[in-house]
Amino acid sequence: MSVKVRIPSPLRNYTQGVDVLEVEGQNVGEVLGALKAQAAGIETRLFKGPNQLNRFVNVYLNDEDIRFLKNLETPVKAGDELSIVPAIAGGKSL
Amino acid sequence: MSYVIGLKCKECGHRVPVSPVHVCEACFGPYEVEYDYARMKGKVTRQSISAGPKSLWRYRDFLPVEGEPKTGHFSGFTPLRKAVGLGKELGCSDLWIKDDSCNYPTYSYKERVVSVAISKAIEFGFTTVGCASTGNLANSTAAHAAQAGIRCFVMIPHDLEQGKVLGSLIFGPTMVRIRGTYDDVNRLCTEIADKYGWAIVNVNLRPYYTEGAKTHGFEIAEQFGWRLPQHTVVPTAGGTILPKIYKAYQEFIELGLVEDNKPKIYSAQAAGCNPVVKAIHRGQDIIEPQKPNTIAKSIAIGNPADGYYVWHAVMDSGGWGESATDREIIDAIKLLARTEGIWTEPAGGTTLAAAIKLIQQGRIPRNDSIVISITGNGLKTLETVQDDLPVPEVIEAKLSDFDSLLERKNLMEMPVASRPAREPAAVI
Repeated sequence: MSVKVRIPSPLRNYTQGVDVLEVEGQNVGEVLGALKAQAAGIETRLFKGPNQLNRFVNVYLNDEDIRFLKNLETPVKAGDELSIVPAIAGGKSL
Repeated sequence: MSYVIGLKCKECGHRVPVSPVHVCEACFGPYEVEYDYARMKGKVTRQSISAGPKSLWRYRDFLPVEGEPKTGHFSGFTPLRKAVGLGKELGCSDLWIKDDSCNYPTYSYKERVVSVAISKAIEFGFTTVGCASTGNLANSTAAHAAQAGIRCFVMIPHDLEQGKVLGSLIFGPTMVRIRGTYDDVNRLCTEIADKYGWAIVNVNLRPYYTEGAKTHGFEIAEQFGWRLPQHTVVPTAGGTILPKIYKAYQEFIELGLVEDNKPKIYSAQAAGCNPVVKAIHRGQDIIEPQKPNTIAKSIAIGNPADGYYVWHAVMDSGGWGESATDREIIDAIKLLARTEGIWTEPAGGTTLAAAIKLIQQGRIPRNDSIVISITGNGLKTLETVQDDLPVPEVIEAKLSDFDSLLERKNLMEMPVASRPAREPAAVI
């Protein structure tokens, strides 16, 4: 299941400047977890613990905030688009 | 020359020099401007501030601008008024309104943040500014961009009140209406700032933009006679102004300009969009995002950028939060208009309605000093009250028609017949 992941500029030093990566996974958590294969170190910015996103990381699946879906357990299908957006501040810890 | 040291991450303390960045590269937390308070002590005084212009720039020693300000020379320094009529209605003896509904030039508190952000954008060398807005910020950004002569894009949700749409378009920006909520607009702007390298005032210039909100708090303190009110009630949307009013109070205390009377800050939200108030009531600083559903569109932000910091400013100060239903918001708008002659938008109605609840609950003692922050103007949101006001009668231009109208409406306040010096027959 290949999903497009949009990388925001503060994280592009982990992707050599690339802004979209194609990543495999069954759900949002798996896709984000699998990013590290192509962008080593990025997981330390996204996650503060196992299955726990950093407070300032917002994730959108096809334009919907995953907190209104099933968070990291939200299933994904081929062609879906995942956006990582800095929350600027605040928001909810998952 | 300013007193700015640089930017510091509010979360992990990582420091970077002044630059147009807003997200900490180490932890994704927000950057905040850091000042050299030690150097300010003794130099920034009540006298030095009082000698400044009658605008928000009288507080420029507390703002992150290096050269001459580029806009906002007539913004800020709005009235702090004792609310005698409203106070009588609510049983409060020391009630005040900080009235940004008459802020220049677009009638909202946003002039403060935009004046600082656009001045800074020009200092940084940007040639295009923009914003993600629920209306007021778009109005202000467009107007100040026109005054400063810089290209402007405003991005707003598609369903805003007409007054707010026209109130931006008139200044000639490029406006883009986006299908979705403010939170969708905000997210898109984050990506636009990234891709096009524009100064989106409340996104990549956010550390500078938010500093401008402090001037609302500085003015309260100065106009209150270099004292702090015991209670300040403030609306919460994205969460910019409340923590910055609190910061303003703390900075004045730090520099010895006012006495520390432990001022309490309260957050007001609409019941149809109250993620921060809910978190305050729950006692946890985790802000659950909401899908907004309220007439208070200017504060309908379900995923507030600085909600976490609102929570902490409120709780650290010993304050609280309340929310108001649409009905309560409209009633409060009408109450403020009737008792004080101030017409505010739903955000102001929300703040007053929440303040009334806090007073009725006894959380705010009636005879303490109370300031209610009114941040926007009702002329932009005619739709909110148009079905709630009486339809005026139409009559012929005849005194007899007017007389019978008064009689029919029972509006004869002092019946002519009861006046001793006059013959009733002489009038009728």
